[in-house]
Amino acid sequence: MKLRELAHSRTGDKGNTSNISVIAYDAKDYPLLLKEVTSERVKAHFSGVVEGEVVRYELPNISALNFVMTGTLGGGVTRSLALDAHGKSLSSALLDLEIEASSDDK
Amino acid sequence: MRTIRIGSGAGYSGDRIEPAVELAEKGDIQYLVFECLGERTVALAQQARMKNPESGFDPLLEERMRAVLPLCAAKGIKIVTNLGAANPEGAAKKTAEIARSLGLSSLKIAAVVGDDVLDACTQGDLPIMEFDGTIKQLGNRLLSANAYLGAEPMAEALRGGADVVITGRASDPALFLAPMIHAFGWAMDDWNLLGQGTVAGHLLECAGQITGGYFADPPYKDIPDLARLGFPIGEVGEDGSLVITKVQGSGGAVTAQTCKEQLLYEVHDPRQYIQPDVVADFSQVSVEEIAPDRVRVSGGRGSKRTGTLKVSVGYVDSFIGEGQISYAGPGALARGRLALEIVRERLKLTGVAASELRFELIGVDSLHGAQVSARAQESYKGPYEVRVRVTGRTESLREAVRIGNEVETLYTNGPAAGGGAWKSARDVVAVASVLLPRELAKPQVRFFGSLT
Repeated sequence: MKLRELAHSRTGDKGNTSNISVIAYDAKDYPLLLKEVTSERVKAHFSGVVEGEVVRYELPNISALNFVMTGTLGGGVTRSLALDAHGKSLSSALLDLEIEASSDDK
Repeated sequence: MRTIRIGSGAGYSGDRIEPAVELAEKGDIQYLVFECLGERTVALAQQARMKNPESGFDPLLEERMRAVLPLCAAKGIKIVTNLGAANPEGAAKKTAEIARSLGLSSLKIAAVVGDDVLDACTQGDLPIMEFDGTIKQLGNRLLSANAYLGAEPMAEALRGGADVVITGRASDPALFLAPMIHAFGWAMDDWNLLGQGTVAGHLLECAGQITGGYFADPPYKDIPDLARLGFPIGEVGEDGSLVITKVQGSGGAVTAQTCKEQLLYEVHDPRQYIQPDVVADFSQVSVEEIAPDRVRVSGGRGSKRTGTLKVSVGYVDSFIGEGQISYAGPGALARGRLALEIVRERLKLTGVAASELRFELIGVDSLHGAQVSARAQESYKGPYEVRVRVTGRTESLREAVRIGNEVETLYTNGPAAGGGAWKSARDVVAVASVLLPRELAKPQVRFFGSLT
């Protein structure tokens, strides 16, 4: 199953750092997100895009994760050569992530 | 308990005009905030002001003010905005002039000045946060240095009776925090209240992004009537309680989902959202839908503010050249790739000096690069059309122009049937940050009457 089935997402930018929220539609899926959507997997998913590190913050009250990815915006929004200098389209790309949902996770 | 309603009338400098009019007309608000100052806008505005000392404020100031001033004056709605950009005083004088021309003779307009800290920054030699180097090392490439001011001077302007408060660089949430501090007399060291007030300001500052803009993703997330998107209202109590809502009947939606997405927008560590007035903590925030288009947001906290202010430093970074051209029909992808190879070789052959280059196909791999796109392409069919895009960073405009030229000449020298070539070359004013000891910024409030 794609992450898109379980969560919604928004990208924000500050300098050369992008942050992507991953928010469970249903709070009961939050533990599955915690298990499946790790910093390592996000970094691998964005290979060729993220040059720095990926740090994950957890917000259980709103069933959300926040991924902070350094070295992602072509040297910074105000100087980037990228078509999407803000990286606004990254959230949709992350929702393409494949999630393994075994029956005992549900 | 006392409550105020604050409307958010713009989320960036070019934002739609009429949602703010709708807020003033039907929103039952006491304050209307316009956040219109992007990261590098002050630097560009500073360049404009160097050419013409009367300019340097937001180019849409007049249009926005003309649209809302009569309604706001009639209803006593106070306006708070960073439309002043690099010239808040000029913006205040202009606003007074507009008010006079509209027959509004008793408005008091305040300018908050002092965010320009270029002198203070160059006297010391502050390290740049984003890359190795100091502010002095930018030399004559340095254009501007503006501190993110807090809510205090804006609250002072409101206490002084201002109907319109115009700032330059200020923290975006502080534009909203100022009315709360003024209306409720919040202490500037009540960190939890300031933290919760910052949550409110942060949620509201991007206007339509919390009422359904930057959100719709059919069929997973549907939002009605985005062409008539209503902008948000924050209903804030003196204890910091907060409900996000919008004008009834306007387009869009305020839901727990839109509020959660905006809560984390441009946030790094949610426990430490550093602001000039407080270090806000978003980690314990909860959201609850209490009625249609009404979401209660609670749990924002805060701790003591830091000893420094973040300063946005504008500088001339480099030049960027770019060219694009399209191919369609059978073999479009192969011809697009061939075109990229030709330009790559041409830039080498003709010795264009670029420190960084990108070769991409719009519609194939331009947004997320070859690796991410190739993985996804396995499950998609090839495109019907592609658009070649080559862009590079150079040290002069002359070099930058050559990049677009090498794409344009594909017309007669490249693959079959290339169309719609386009090129550009521009200088890049970029922005970096330094931290300035707080006491070195000395904000002041100046008042202007629409009579004088």
